[in-house]
Amino acid sequence: MLDVETVRKDFPILERQVHGRPLVYLDSAATSQKPQAVLDAMDRYYEQSNANVHRGVHALAEEATEAYEHARGKVARFVGADPRGVVFTKNATEAFNVLAYSLAANRLGDGDILLSTQMEHHANLVPWQLVQPRAGFEIRYIPVITAGPEAGTLDLDAFDEIVATGRVKLLTVTAMSNVVGTINPVAQMAARVRNANAEAVVVVDGAQSVPHLPTDLLALEADFLCFSGHKMLGPTGIGVLAGKPELLDDMPPFLGGGEMIANVTLEGTTFNEVPYKFEAGTPPIAEAVGLGAAVDYLSALGMDAVRAHEVALLEHVLPALNSVEGVTVHGPAEPSGRGAAVSFAVEGLHPHDIGTIMDREGVAVRAGHHCAKPLVRLLGSAATTRASFYVYNTVDEVQVLIDAIEATKRFFAR
Amino acid sequence: MSSTPNLDDLYQEIILDHYRKPRHRAAELVPHDVHVHHANPLCGDELDLRLRVDSTDSSAPRVGEVVYDGDGCSISMASASAMTEAVTGRELADADDLGEAFRLMMHGEGLKREDDLLDGVAFQGVAKFPVRVKCALLGWMALKDAISTYRAGNQEHRVTHD
Repeated sequence: MLDVETVRKDFPILERQVHGRPLVYLDSAATSQKPQAVLDAMDRYYEQSNANVHRGVHALAEEATEAYEHARGKVARFVGADPRGVVFTKNATEAFNVLAYSLAANRLGDGDILLSTQMEHHANLVPWQLVQPRAGFEIRYIPVITAGPEAGTLDLDAFDEIVATGRVKLLTVTAMSNVVGTINPVAQMAARVRNANAEAVVVVDGAQSVPHLPTDLLALEADFLCFSGHKMLGPTGIGVLAGKPELLDDMPPFLGGGEMIANVTLEGTTFNEVPYKFEAGTPPIAEAVGLGAAVDYLSALGMDAVRAHEVALLEHVLPALNSVEGVTVHGPAEPSGRGAAVSFAVEGLHPHDIGTIMDREGVAVRAGHHCAKPLVRLLGSAATTRASFYVYNTVDEVQVLIDAIEATKRFFAR
Repeated sequence: MSSTPNLDDLYQEIILDHYRKPRHRAAELVPHDVHVHHANPLCGDELDLRLRVDSTDSSAPRVGEVVYDGDGCSISMASASAMTEAVTGRELADADDLGEAFRLMMHGEGLKREDDLLDGVAFQGVAKFPVRVKCALLGWMALKDAISTYRAGNQEHRVTHD
């Protein structure tokens, strides 16, 4: 079990006040806060080693290259990937775009099904939609169950029916919903898709799962995993496409420019090997160093301990929310089936009003569609209020959240 | 760090009253000349506005009746409610002008036609909460669009704001 009071001391921003109250940061599903170790690693890089990578023979260039590649190795180990299959992008969204343009647009065609779900973040919806008209494949969506004890989970019967066509060539699914927290049975789904079609490729959105759950690419049975640095204690400006090097090898480049080439003449270009083929231009070097430090920090805590901490918080927050009159919690009822992003509705109150009043209490929550409009619509609304928890959140903060909801209800009932 | 505006600036009693007891909130208006649908994709607020224009040969066309319906926060729904009271019976050009006065007020660019805005004046305080300004403008933007849609000879228009 991690010691949350010790953890909190590592995050300078948690000392600040908002509107005269201690900050209660419950928006880590949007972006996490950063520990001092990450800030220090990036400062140190700029103060002592800053240079461009993979070019130049001077000492700083070597140090910068080593720091950048060292970070790649750390990230690879953290998710059980081959470092040659770890591509640094600017965010998870760019990682999905690489796969849409370089993989789906070439590998899928008429008659093929790209299978997604109604639960996905826009980052895992829009890129596929953009390439679909040219590539000609069909996009199908696994429905989300909206009522009963399984509400907020994928309809796996419907999934099986689509898979039984044998036409699913690419499955893309989130390992953990950013809206309702659902943990999806990714490995089981991947196995079923492969059984029906040996050529099928499996893409997993790890933007929410990698920061919060122990992750192993092999155990997920995934070919590709997309995630972002800033949701896992790292900086903004860096994301990761982790995948099988042999699949990346077969894919044409996505962006062209420096770094990704082997040779360039005015007549044509041959490309660098993976992962460099997909890293056009000067990459986010300091950000990679920061992400490497974030991975070190999470590894030191232990991802099992991170998960246990969040399950313990969920065991407080779920019953506490359910005990407030007029509050409906979306998504799985049991902590074991979900992550710590908790969306809820308060009868008669709009999420924006809730968010504004909570802000006055120092509580930062997200109000809106969470970039997952199809799912939020299925929940029966245009917006939800979402409180999302991470390593630095405490049981006391759960009570502040509950008090703030009560205060909001009183404010509008007056 | 910016100073903290008071919550009561945002949620004035008049605003909460419009939220709890909306005026001219209805899903249909029979007959109507124009229906517009406006959405704020960032916050998910949606609003339908139906407008009947009264016009005779001898006078300029006027707002005969206007109703709204939607799914949105207290500020967006209350502002639309206050808007309907302020513009009913006004000539279309005059209603447009009043909408411009409201827009300028919301951007902190002066208070004009204070008496004509009626309860709309209560939304001044929303200007201190920049992220909520677009909520207060939603109903007025829909009215402006309904008038221009009517003038263009059309009956329907859907707008998604950036």
